[in-house]
Amino acid sequence: MVKYILLAATLALTACQHSPESSLYQRLGGESGVEKIVDGVLYGIEHDQSIVHHFEDTDIPRFRRLLIEQFCELSGGPCKYTGVSMQESHTGFQITQAHFDALVNHLITAMQQQKVAIEAQNEFLAMLAPMYKDVVYR
Amino acid sequence: MKNILIGLCLLTASGSLMAGSKVIATGGATNIEGNSGGGIVPWATINGYSSSDEWSVNTFSGRVGVDDFTLDSFGVGTSFNNQWELSYTRQKFALDTIGGELRQDILGIKYKVAGELLYTSMPQISVGAQFKKNRDFALPAAVGAGDDSGYELYVAASKVFFDAIAGRNLLLNATVRSTDAHQTGLLGFGGEGVGHKLMFESSAVLLLNYNLAVGAEFKQKPNQLGFADEQHWRDLFAAWFINKNASVVLGYVDLGDIAGLTEQTGFYVSVEGTW
Repeated sequence: MVKYILLAATLALTACQHSPESSLYQRLGGESGVEKIVDGVLYGIEHDQSIVHHFEDTDIPRFRRLLIEQFCELSGGPCKYTGVSMQESHTGFQITQAHFDALVNHLITAMQQQKVAIEAQNEFLAMLAPMYKDVVYR
Repeated sequence: MKNILIGLCLLTASGSLMAGSKVIATGGATNIEGNSGGGIVPWATINGYSSSDEWSVNTFSGRVGVDDFTLDSFGVGTSFNNQWELSYTRQKFALDTIGGELRQDILGIKYKVAGELLYTSMPQISVGAQFKKNRDFALPAAVGAGDDSGYELYVAASKVFFDAIAGRNLLLNATVRSTDAHQTGLLGFGGEGVGHKLMFESSAVLLLNYNLAVGAEFKQKPNQLGFADEQHWRDLFAAWFINKNASVVLGYVDLGDIAGLTEQTGFYVSVEGTW
């Protein structure tokens, strides 16, 4: 019985899945969508006492531009990330797991606010999650 | 049951209080033994939302109601650094048809050894121990149990696979437990010719969104008490992570035969608060 319920659940979910033709970039909302997601993340950082200190010396407009480039390129958009590697840009900042978790929460909040479909959110998170090893405790 | 309802009311009324940094649902639910896990299986996850250098506390109340028995569990726990989990749980197993009740206390400790549930290709791996003590031992002794206390050691591996099925995230867990308990200890431990055996337990959970999940579990049982067969346990559940402070789990359980009474199936309900 368990098998049939799981099968039925899978079929039901597959039926309401987005058509795979549109790229992740499109499903994140394209250029304006990615910009709004990045702005949402920046808003989250700015109001988060636990991580905002990491950005004290950051050139925010440049950081915003690079983050947009990175999100755009990762999701298959027509951009080229011009920043340094994740490992290079985070070394020496003593970023902890709690800091990384906090940033993930801000990204999720931003994507939820933009009403990005859960399938697209998960696809994007799958690309970002492995960056943990290049960012944390460097 | 009253505890469960009062708890639920308090939790939903509490709104979003202090909570750790971990992403919602990544602390898992709390199983009937008080460990972060599903309903009957302890996972490698650490309870609550404490990330690195953070503390969290949790409490839960759960009930399993099958044809001839009712198991109430109630417990408190604390976690640190997304690495240590300590829990204390009391179980009351009411023998609705036979009459009487069997109570058991469980002290649990879990330590994350390696991996990160969401962030590493290696699964999160934890080791744990449970120390269980019967508070009513006359019946277990009469049916052949040798000890009123026992310990269980386990190793668990859990991993979330993003975008796994229909764009949803999937949590898979496998646990191996060394135990000499009869019916998880409710009918005592050890006895003549009874030794520690390795048992396999597993869970598969599909996260429909950030707050809702559905899952299935399997728990292998050693069946070492001569007087009556015990069987493997199974469950299907739906979990609602209302926010980082409150969650509710509803399920269907199949506990097989217990103390000679056959085909024990029924419901499972559990509420948890985390801070």
